[in-house]
Amino acid sequence: MAVAEQTQSIEEQRSWEGSLDQLRGLVSERAITGETMLLNMGPHHPSTHGVLRLLLELDGEQIVSCLPDIGFLHTGIEKSLEDKSYEKALPLTDRMDYLSPMSNNMAYAAAVEKLLDLDVPERGQIIRVVCLELARCASHLVWLGTHAIDMGAMSVLLYAFRERERILGMFEMLSGQRMMSSYIRPGGVWRDVPDDFLPTIKQFLDDFPYKVDDYEALLTKNPIWKDRAQGVGVIEPDVALAYGMTGPALRGSGVNWDLRKAQPYCGYETYDFNVPLGEHGDVYDRYLIRIHEFRESMKILNQAVSRLETVKGPYRSQNHKYCPPLRSELGQSMEAVIHHFKLWTYGYDAPDEEIYSAIESPRGEIGCYIHGTGGNKPRRVHFKTPSFIHISALPVVAKGYLLADMVAIIGSVDIVLGDCDR
Amino acid sequence: MGVSSKLGNLGIVTTTVEQAVNHARVGAMWPLLFGLACCAIEYMSSQASSYDLSRFGMELNRATPRQADLLIVSGRLTRKMAPVVRQLYDQMAEPKWVISMGDCASCGGVYNNYAIVQGVDEIIPVDVYVAGCPPRPEQLLHGILTLHEKVKGERIADWA
Repeated sequence: MAVAEQTQSIEEQRSWEGSLDQLRGLVSERAITGETMLLNMGPHHPSTHGVLRLLLELDGEQIVSCLPDIGFLHTGIEKSLEDKSYEKALPLTDRMDYLSPMSNNMAYAAAVEKLLDLDVPERGQIIRVVCLELARCASHLVWLGTHAIDMGAMSVLLYAFRERERILGMFEMLSGQRMMSSYIRPGGVWRDVPDDFLPTIKQFLDDFPYKVDDYEALLTKNPIWKDRAQGVGVIEPDVALAYGMTGPALRGSGVNWDLRKAQPYCGYETYDFNVPLGEHGDVYDRYLIRIHEFRESMKILNQAVSRLETVKGPYRSQNHKYCPPLRSELGQSMEAVIHHFKLWTYGYDAPDEEIYSAIESPRGEIGCYIHGTGGNKPRRVHFKTPSFIHISALPVVAKGYLLADMVAIIGSVDIVLGDCDR
Repeated sequence: MGVSSKLGNLGIVTTTVEQAVNHARVGAMWPLLFGLACCAIEYMSSQASSYDLSRFGMELNRATPRQADLLIVSGRLTRKMAPVVRQLYDQMAEPKWVISMGDCASCGGVYNNYAIVQGVDEIIPVDVYVAGCPPRPEQLLHGILTLHEKVKGERIADWA
């Protein structure tokens, strides 16, 4: 792919000095006259969770307006996907929301399966649920650690990452990679779980609830934490709905919407779990919801692991037009060799249709739109990602709060810039 | 440092200025608190419980480039972000070092497209490249130790 000529050199870009007039209409007139202060936060700031830039207009310490500037991590992933066959595009989806790559894989795989009308065997679905819930825990653990560090509680990160390492160890056991696993694939999962996976995850499920208690002991009743979090960053339910917020940010406002219940996928309707809801819609409620989601994920995981022991069978679709045959079959079956060769060179054709499918990622609804061409590459792939929507709601949420509350609000809606910019 | 107890119990230690300064530089190399993408999460992992960068005198991340010695470019560098990274590098005080963490920072990685700078070495000089997508914390630690070896070997004439 040809790389576009860079129009400005680095030096030219840096020597550019914008004038205040260019901000007219974006900030209030008071900022133009100098009555309020314009403060630049980011893109290099420890509390913006990546490379988000916020232009804040401050009256004293109070936020008058907030202008998010995104795109510092725009990677062109959606464009790159158009140039790859469906199977080969999968590793790129890992790298969008890099805190829960499994959810991205799942969103993409679910969309491709819907496009191809491909069914997934039951064992494959169960392994997927295990992966997705582990990914939810891993993502929430990073959120917990960084959110706490933003608000001044330094030690929580060390506790949270201790458990996260164990989850990443399990991902490595499954897929050979700690983070960018590309494990969930259209038609099922890459391979069956290894023998030592079940004892490891059982040990983890035994320990983890007590670790969650530890986190709660550090934060939930901590008066400093409550002062920083309660009544801060209140999102009204109608605002949350109007902006299309999803996930814990929406449920913190008391709106009962979880795609695992509302539009079940991977057989989530057969698991017994609750969807925690908040009352006030503030930072503290969103914190509590994610803590409760740890426990609900444990419930799902316990059920899924016991099913994993009883349900045997294939872990990916046996339709070898779309899913590769086992390596062991290659030596015996000419048919398998042909399928293998066709899949890894050309891929497969998908119909000229557009579909949308969504799943519940740790951050909210991550949806995938695919427009097929009839050939082996898509015409357009688009991801509807929760971080982008949550950032777009930041100006409304942050208005009127103090500058120091801004980091609490950013942390509590849990944005990932890779997810937003793609 | 090579100043073992050659001198017996005289209570005197001899070394060269070069060695002493390099020892200090290696022992407390403060990284800039700066992350771009996926690699930043593995960078956080290497600072947290299991890998514990403070073993190498690096637990103190400085949020301002003025106080940092080491810039770890962790993640893909977009064209929009490139001027910012260059500015951060320019604001760091000498002596300064750069580790390019991950494939994207080293060579563009899987993204050969309009958005990504094909390697951070197009805009700033890099001392150590760490491969991987993302590199494991062990790989990053190896990169840091490699950098330490490099710094230990720096001569007075090369000091900035």
